[in-house]
Amino acid sequence: MTTVEKHEFPMTRTCPFSPPPAYEEIREEEPVSKVGLPDGGWAWVVTRHEDVRTVLNDRRFSADRQHPDFPQLVKGGFRRQGDERTMITMDAPEHGPARKAVLGEFTVRRMEALRPRIQEIVDGQIDALLAGPKPGDLVEALSLPVPSLVICEMLGVPYADHDFFQTHTAKLIKRATTPEERRAAFDTIRGYMEDLIAEKEANPPDDLLGRQIVKLREDGAYRRASLAATGFLLLVAGHETTANMISLSTVAFLRNPEQLAAIKADPGKTLDAVEEMLRYWTIVDAATARLCVEDIEVGGQLIRAGEGVLALGYAANRDPRAFDDPDELDIERGARHHVAFGFGPHQCLGQNLARMELQIVFDTLFRRIPTLALAADVDDLPFKDDANIYGLYRLPVTW
Amino acid sequence: MKIIADTGKCVGAGQCVLTEPALFDQSEDDGTVIVLDDQPEGELVEKAREAVHVCPSQALLLQE
Repeated sequence: MTTVEKHEFPMTRTCPFSPPPAYEEIREEEPVSKVGLPDGGWAWVVTRHEDVRTVLNDRRFSADRQHPDFPQLVKGGFRRQGDERTMITMDAPEHGPARKAVLGEFTVRRMEALRPRIQEIVDGQIDALLAGPKPGDLVEALSLPVPSLVICEMLGVPYADHDFFQTHTAKLIKRATTPEERRAAFDTIRGYMEDLIAEKEANPPDDLLGRQIVKLREDGAYRRASLAATGFLLLVAGHETTANMISLSTVAFLRNPEQLAAIKADPGKTLDAVEEMLRYWTIVDAATARLCVEDIEVGGQLIRAGEGVLALGYAANRDPRAFDDPDELDIERGARHHVAFGFGPHQCLGQNLARMELQIVFDTLFRRIPTLALAADVDDLPFKDDANIYGLYRLPVTW
Repeated sequence: MKIIADTGKCVGAGQCVLTEPALFDQSEDDGTVIVLDDQPEGELVEKAREAVHVCPSQALLLQE
């Protein structure tokens, strides 16, 4: 059945600021169509904004990544049978309680309470950038340390171990990583998290992991391996994503000085700018894979039980049906309905933390270093074309 | 107009709170929606519509 696919996934970009050209072709000509996958299988890709929202919020699409028919985006898949499950791979009714167990840690109000500490961290990293060599690397000085420091403090993970988990996380998301290497990286971080949680058990500290130990014990539901799976998920999802958004958005601001001037003149606009940056980059385009478990028609196409679906957030966020002139960066367009954090019950748990980090970084970075400029041609920047989370490996800047 | 919230469907993304904190809050315990004012008037009506539109789990309903 592999002769019917016109395209192979993942598809190739021809411009770092635009989706692969095939996205537009598919969205306009055959919005739900078949693509070949790296392991030789195939899946439907769903590309229109409305259809992506439908797929992600309908129980007929399962998030169970351990199901043997679940579409695999890398050879050998990310997970294996028998792995401790995390909330992102659960369906209702198992999913709701698992998510709600930690949700109280990520409410808008809780994130607001973190604002002063995040500001302090951002200022500290900018101090270090300014004190360091010129040109400097924004990824190393700011993009990666800020979200890593924040998620480490929240969870109660020693930041001193950041080289260790950043190195292994990078292996997890790189497409060329072999299944064995990916498995080893996965097991290594998971083992690290189990050891860390074991140390907290005797006298649970007042951090997210410690509070979870107490809360889950009270509910009679505490299992170390399960909490380690949650901790792993929050640690990995909590730094690599936001880091890439900081780097990519900085490039976008520097290329669009009039939009940068708008947030400098009125920091009240920064939150809208954050939403637009999230839409514009959509760095986890295909994280929203699903398995159809009951026949359903989407965008005029019948999808059958047992078939895989990739709800492409990047294609949806550049859909002219949902956003006027979608390929233009316009911080004032009102982009709140983007699907960069996904949609439906699995929509990103850490989205309000990410928003706050991005808002504080943009306001502070361009206020404190008004002369910030790229120290390399855009064409020479090392974009992450080989990873499942888009971003930049390095970002040389000067001031 | 009346806002009806289904806390069973709610996944606590907090999009409603971000849209209009005068209308919505989140439970400290499990993050699910708390409607502070279920009969918005004036400019809050448009905010309520936006909150319904961006809610990722479609847990909010407007009764006109």
